[in-house]
Amino acid sequence: MSNSAASSKSVIWDWITTVDHKKIGILYFLTGLFFFAVAGLEAILMRIQLMFPEMSFLGEQTYNEILTMHGTMMLFFAAMPIFFGFMNFIIPLQIGARDVAFPFLNNLGYWLFLFGGIILNVSWFTGGAPDAGWTAYAPLSSNSPGHGVDFYVMGLQVSGIGTLMSGINFLVTVINMRAPGMSMMRMPLFTWSSFVTSMLILFAFPALTIGLLLLMLDRIFGGAFFDVGLGGNVVIWQHLFWIFGHPEVYILILPAFGIFSEVIPTFAKKRLFGYTAMVFATLIIGFLGFMVWAHHMFTVGMGPVANAVFAVATMAIAVPTGIKIFNWLLTLWGGRIRFTVANLFALAFIPSFVMGGVTGVMLATSAANYQFHDTYFVVAHFHYVIIGGSVFGIFAGVFYWWPKMFGYRLSEAWGKWFFWLFLIGFHLTFFVQHFLGLMGMPRRIASYLDGQDLNDLNFISTMGAFLMGIAFILLVINVFISRKNTTNVNDPWDGRTLEWSIPSPVPHYNFAQTPLVRELDGLWFEKMNGDGRMKAAEPLDEIHMPNGSILPFFIALGLSIASFGVIFTSWIVIIVGLLVTFAAMFIRSIKEDHGYHVPVSEIKADQEVEK
Amino acid sequence: MAQNEAITPQILPPNPEKATLEGRNKYLAFWFFLGGETVLFGSLFGTYLGLRSSTEGGPGPADLFHLDLVFIMTMILLTSSLTSVFAVINMKRGNFKMLLVWMWATVILGLGFLGFEIYEFYEYAHQGLGYGVSAFASSFYTLVGTHGAHVTFGVLWITTLLIRYRKSGITLTNAPKFYTAVLYWHFIDVVWVFIFTVVYLLGVGG
Repeated sequence: MSNSAASSKSVIWDWITTVDHKKIGILYFLTGLFFFAVAGLEAILMRIQLMFPEMSFLGEQTYNEILTMHGTMMLFFAAMPIFFGFMNFIIPLQIGARDVAFPFLNNLGYWLFLFGGIILNVSWFTGGAPDAGWTAYAPLSSNSPGHGVDFYVMGLQVSGIGTLMSGINFLVTVINMRAPGMSMMRMPLFTWSSFVTSMLILFAFPALTIGLLLLMLDRIFGGAFFDVGLGGNVVIWQHLFWIFGHPEVYILILPAFGIFSEVIPTFAKKRLFGYTAMVFATLIIGFLGFMVWAHHMFTVGMGPVANAVFAVATMAIAVPTGIKIFNWLLTLWGGRIRFTVANLFALAFIPSFVMGGVTGVMLATSAANYQFHDTYFVVAHFHYVIIGGSVFGIFAGVFYWWPKMFGYRLSEAWGKWFFWLFLIGFHLTFFVQHFLGLMGMPRRIASYLDGQDLNDLNFISTMGAFLMGIAFILLVINVFISRKNTTNVNDPWDGRTLEWSIPSPVPHYNFAQTPLVRELDGLWFEKMNGDGRMKAAEPLDEIHMPNGSILPFFIALGLSIASFGVIFTSWIVIIVGLLVTFAAMFIRSIKEDHGYHVPVSEIKADQEVEK
Repeated sequence: MAQNEAITPQILPPNPEKATLEGRNKYLAFWFFLGGETVLFGSLFGTYLGLRSSTEGGPGPADLFHLDLVFIMTMILLTSSLTSVFAVINMKRGNFKMLLVWMWATVILGLGFLGFEIYEFYEYAHQGLGYGVSAFASSFYTLVGTHGAHVTFGVLWITTLLIRYRKSGITLTNAPKFYTAVLYWHFIDVVWVFIFTVVYLLGVGG
């Protein structure tokens, strides 16, 4: 990868200031993977605490903190950033673009996410992490002593701003930056599902912003929103949180649906069955995702009418999801299936996710929900959909796109060990939790008593968690030992979409000439009906590229400084932080930067190297 | 209008704010952003509606609000939206000088609105409506204050643009910037119309 503008600067400076969507994607991806490992370790600590009855491994307070951090980190700082990594890296390649619509905002989004994660984790060293659960229900959160919940509020607020920006960025990228011929109904399913995901981010995150704002005002600035003595109402938090929180779970699953819709056709050597139905099912899921938030609140006391309406709306989501499941099955039907690691994860996803979906319909039955609510049955349900759906999707994407992202193939043999250990460990951990829940074990408790028939199943569950931990270590080893597999990386899977039509590693300008897309699965069409390469939509010419910038780093840094000011109630620090942010924004506003041009000679030289 | 001196020598397309890909991206992204802002204010309105009767013995809407003051504020803000429309019309005509004049008028009206709002909050605080007195007080100050913060940001933003581009003429780079700033200004104007109805009219009459 040669970059005439950046070659004179140091590597670290280049990565901090980069506006290249591929580098930002890799930053998101690797940071997310790191946070995934941290949050996974927290899960294992919890399972050790619950291995035997009345264990004193962690202690109640530490258990609550680890429980809160596991949930918060996994959702906001592991799963979402890893998907953002894929979306950043893959969307522009799949639609034949040279970058996202707003490279500067893209960089800013990453730094806001990273600083948000750092703020959240600093809490471990300043007297205790947040301890009110990832849902932070008031008044537990508004009355929680210490600074823990303040770190939760500010960390999520800072990273949430970044997420919102990235969502808008992807929306505009998909609408405005598509190559000639790439109509909306020719877009690969991963791009489509990322588009709907971005829509959900746009309309869901502001509700969280307000929820966190109210919590901050109550805890730090003397507000009375959740103070019942002053007329406050704690249910407002639950509504705001779930108006955000339910779309959030679709934000986590839709990109995974997209990945499976890429992986399954590729490894079945068949075009995706029912493409149009898939697109509309995705849109319907996205829409219904906003209509069902109160099913998290069946036991709050909303009354039978509200409960019934939200129960029916929730069950309706099973219809578009079912359409998707059958379309994947029919794509496989009669296909020439290759059992690569990516495809194994996709195949394992279908039954695992269906199990999570079935327990979801059970939970949606509002009358029965009184029995399931706040038991391990719920824990089993959402781990089946999040691990069986999102995490399997992530791992399928890891093995599928690794050659494109990093220029080498992961070992299939090690990958298969990883897959089987992870799959068995996952079911071992969470299948038994259904029964623990039905037997009455409440969630979010640090211990349980002996002699209640909970011992064996808890022990089995912990063993499964260990197995998943070992499996993850195999993945990390795989990443390091496979680095020499640099042959056959441009199109290792006989791919169907545009990202496989360009070299790996991808040149920084992506496409030497903007491709002309003639059909759905554009590259496959050219393989069948053309010469196997994309036709160019423009003559070879100079390419206009944006310049990197250090300003996003300072915008995010200023907000983080201000966050610490809020947490420790120091007006000076707040003002200094905001000044840094607004100064950087001011400079950005008044300094016009028109980017630079990649000369034709450099593009030609790259093409020579490729041959 | 002295059009001859204001028209820039560069020949601009009829819609300079959407003539480049960057301009179109900004335009579309800003509409999306306003969609998100709608949810943001919607959440605040919902919170306010849930808590507006929770005065807990403290002063309530009927004790505090004076519709004459709020009516003046509404008129000021609506007029500022009108002046920003004039600015955009002049941008499309290529009349840069009048664009600047009308934008400055918008800024001044915005500052006037903010002055009244600060006076209003000061007055309510004197009448015993501290921020943490009741859930009504917190939700009122948060909803109206968030709107006020948006006005403040808009004033600073437009002022920055006006000073930065005071001599540049209309270009394909700054046209989208002025245009999105005006879109933002209309949005906070619309939000105020809802605040006027939901907070003040309902507070006094309902």
